[in-house]
Amino acid sequence: MKPALSLILFTVSSGAGLGLFMLLVLVNGLGIGPAMAPGEVMAAGILALALTVVGLVSSTLHLANPRNAIKAFNRFRSSWLSREGVLSLLFFPFALAYLVGVWSGGDAPPAWAQGAGIVALLLAAATVFSTGMIYASLKPIRQWHNPLVPAGYLLMGLATGGVLLSAVRVFGGAAPGPLTALTAGLLLAGGLLKLIYYFWIGRPAGPTLNAAIGFTGRRAHLLDVGHGHGTFLTEEFGHAIGPRASLVLRTFALVAGFLVPLLLLIALGSGDASPMVLGVLVVLSAFAGVLVERWLFLVEGRHVVNLYHGAQRT
Amino acid sequence: MRLGLMIDVDNCVGCHACAVACKSWNTSGTTGPLTDYMPHGEEPSGVWFNRIRHYEVGSYPDDNTVNLPMSCFHCKDADCVTVCPTGASWKREEDGIVLVDQDKCMGCNLCAWACPYGARELDRASGTMKKCTLCVDRIYDEALPPEERLPACVIVCPTHARLFGDYDDPDSEVSRRSRERNGYVMLPELGYEPTNQYLPPRSRPAIPIDELQARRQGPSTLPERLRRWVNRAIAR
Ligand code: SF4
Ligand code: SF4
Repeated sequence: MKPALSLILFTVSSGAGLGLFMLLVLVNGLGIGPAMAPGEVMAAGILALALTVVGLVSSTLHLANPRNAIKAFNRFRSSWLSREGVLSLLFFPFALAYLVGVWSGGDAPPAWAQGAGIVALLLAAATVFSTGMIYASLKPIRQWHNPLVPAGYLLMGLATGGVLLSAVRVFGGAAPGPLTALTAGLLLAGGLLKLIYYFWIGRPAGPTLNAAIGFTGRRAHLLDVGHGHGTFLTEEFGHAIGPRASLVLRTFALVAGFLVPLLLLIALGSGDASPMVLGVLVVLSAFAGVLVERWLFLVEGRHVVNLYHGAQRT
Repeated sequence: MRLGLMIDVDNCVGCHACAVACKSWNTSGTTGPLTDYMPHGEEPSGVWFNRIRHYEVGSYPDDNTVNLPMSCFHCKDADCVTVCPTGASWKREEDGIVLVDQDKCMGCNLCAWACPYGARELDRASGTMKKCTLCVDRIYDEALPPEERLPACVIVCPTHARLFGDYDDPDSEVSRRSRERNGYVMLPELGYEPTNQYLPPRSRPAIPIDELQARRQGPSTLPERLRRWVNRAIAR
């Protein structure tokens, strides 16, 4: 599938922003690690909202006819894309209420703010889940039509959010403490999930060219595709990468996205090196890795229409 | 009613007349225009509702050329409609035709991703999704004589490889032929329940060769042998 930049930026940025907000509510609410100053909560909260907004704006760049974008909320009952839109918009008032409550309440935020925070957390989780379900609900793309996909989106949103929150805490002067352990756990889970996913999509499955055209018995192949110079279908579904490039990029995604941040967080936890430098490095590495991971996720989705264009398998 | 097309793969010669007639009618139809990009340039391309692809099944000499026209199958369980966030994609209750409301579509491409059959194409000029309408603006048009109330592709097909009818009616021509000739749908395992069916080629030798064979085994008179020798010599 076409690895559209707008979709990569959208899912990475909104995923991290919403993950950051979820962890912020958890860490602050349950008192994980040293108490957060209201200024720190605000910094993390504003960063989370900004990333989410950037992602959502980027997603509209993907539309060929953005004039009608407002109509995307119409089919909440059937379409995951519509659900994602509605949930992400509902998230903002609750998230803002939480931040206002924390800001005005100081050390002891009022109960309504806590409540708003929990609602915002649930809406953020539901939004990221919906993003994953947009892909997982597509039967023609077997690499996407899988429960690991929404689980992966949630885990990676949380892991990148955890990386960001750790960095915010380091810059706020606090030792992130148990937060680093939590984030390390999320990174480990995310990396393992991607590893399983890569093995899973590597196994040949799904229909063949013969099955697609309905001729079994004798092997079929394409003689002529019937068009001269590319079509919407080849532009949208014709992208693929070779096995060598795939292996290199998968390794990069796993190492930069999960392994290196994990090691940096362990170093951060042990408190030996300069925390600021580590904080910057962990963010850079995690995002470089996850951007490549997302590009790969899109380009490695193989639509069954490729069978009609001559591929023997997807 | 469940209206749809039927393609007789035995008859289709792959001439692309249906695709051209489709484009010609629909570019000024309800979801038109079907924009062409650089029609007079080096690499012309554009929006089509119907595309024909050509395959070889088996290998020489035991092979067949198979021409497969494909357009929207107006599926019973059409995920293209389910995934559409705006409600632009919809399926008519009364006859099962799947349409895209050009005034609602935001061009997100999700429906095209959800269609296994490559039936939907985004028009870059309008930014909206376009697809086969089953000539909804012909088949009910009472201003047309009854024999012309058919999809443009069905009318034009020179080998009568295309039929149109109601699959819900067991006595319709499409239902009858489907029973007689083992009509099949494409990729049923994906669960879309396409309406359009294909009739597989009949199994019979493509060209009768009995006469040829008889001649080959014919009397070996001198002139006959001489002729065969000359034929072989020239072939070399
Ligand atoms: S063929 Fe594709 S566009 Fe047509 S109804 Fe089926 S899924 Fe939808
Ligand atoms: S491209 Fe248009 S018709 Fe297709 S899903 Fe998006 S809004 Fe609906």
